[in-house]
Amino acid sequence: MIRIFNNFSSQLVSGFGWTILSSLLTLIFSLIFGVLIALLEVIPNKAANKIGRIYVEIFRNIPLLIIVMFFYLIVPKYFVKIDGFTAGTIGLFLYTSAFIAEIIRSGIQSVSQGQMEGARSTGMTYKQAMRYVVLPQAFKIVIPPLGNQFVNLIKDSSILAFVAGFDLMYQANAIASVTFDTINSYFVIGVLYIIITMPLSYYMQYLEKKMA
Amino acid sequence: MSMVEFHDVQKFYGKFHALHSINLQIDKGETVVLIGPSGSGKSTLIRTINRLESIQGGKLIVNNQDLSNPKTDSNRLRQDVGMVFQHFNLYKNKNVLENVMLAPRIVSHIPEDENKRQAMNLLDMVGVADKAQNMPAQISGGQKQRVAIARSLAMHPKLLLFDEPTSALDPEMIDEVLQVIKKITSSSDMTSLIVTHEMGFAKEVANRVIFMDQGQIVEDDDSSSFFKQPQTERAQQFLSKIIAH
Repeated sequence: MIRIFNNFSSQLVSGFGWTILSSLLTLIFSLIFGVLIALLEVIPNKAANKIGRIYVEIFRNIPLLIIVMFFYLIVPKYFVKIDGFTAGTIGLFLYTSAFIAEIIRSGIQSVSQGQMEGARSTGMTYKQAMRYVVLPQAFKIVIPPLGNQFVNLIKDSSILAFVAGFDLMYQANAIASVTFDTINSYFVIGVLYIIITMPLSYYMQYLEKKMA
Repeated sequence: MSMVEFHDVQKFYGKFHALHSINLQIDKGETVVLIGPSGSGKSTLIRTINRLESIQGGKLIVNNQDLSNPKTDSNRLRQDVGMVFQHFNLYKNKNVLENVMLAPRIVSHIPEDENKRQAMNLLDMVGVADKAQNMPAQISGGQKQRVAIARSLAMHPKLLLFDEPTSALDPEMIDEVLQVIKKITSSSDMTSLIVTHEMGFAKEVANRVIFMDQGQIVEDDDSSSFFKQPQTERAQQFLSKIIAH
């Protein structure tokens, strides 16, 4: 394992970098987009609710691989040229957003109706009540499942390997095919994934304690 | 001058007819108590006044604004119509002081130092100034309800709605809340409508008593004659049961 790491360190470091970049982009954008979709699902507007619902049902019910393949094969052919990394990251972002939307929605709905009514009864708009009263409470509730989803998305980023995304899994495949040392090739990247996910897990646990 | 006018107001929850042709007028400065068995529509009626519940028929005028008109701005209306809830509904993510200061800051845009001074005065008036920095979860039910009252007063409402303000409280804490409500309603420019099961309190503060049953107003009388002898048999029956224990 050490030998593999020494011999292929530049490939592994590059894979590590691409995995972190893809995960980070996905985390940031799917958190923002997931919150927007969740809001579409809860605001008092039937059409918006429907749109949010349809989004979630489509993207969480299709395997991630198929979504990514769509962006890798169909989009470049008929729409715009994008590389494997971009296609994979967009697919991962859309897929993860659906799960984050569901987490945020359940958080919003678990804040009691009375909180919204209390705020509205003082003359606050729906938006103000959401922003100052309901959402802060919802975020506190959803930290544990959100952390779960963040860790999942980092591991799911290994989907990039299928579309030449140069991530850790891609590098492991390449190294294994050269060295025939399959076990150690994948073992090395397993350790590297843990190096990314563990600090995030601990950070989410810290956040949970801090907000409690 | 009337503050609230119901003209033949109807309210439905799906097929359930919750309010039947309500006709009611409340004048400025009045303290009206609304009583009746549970499920009679008291809470529904009070919640239509600040539009937490919509109405399906008739005309409802509150503070000269027509609530039957969908164009009427609910947020503007609610700045003048405060509400105190059975379960307090204090913002759990904000401390006591912030609970009182939030709406004046983001709705009325009052300068921060003036807002704080006003909030501390109100908390002092309801007797919880020493809890200003506590979170709602750290104070008692009676204190929570007094903070909720301070929060609604911070918007300088012309009309205050109390929806069973003491029903969720321990018996020992009911009095401290009722004393605060009494202090507020005794002011001649405050109009209030109170849903309550506290008959002694009702007798003490109310100018007028409205008795509801099955979504209808059964009796509407001044307080002293109502408590001496209600006119309808249904109200007599209700009163005798409530006073008996």
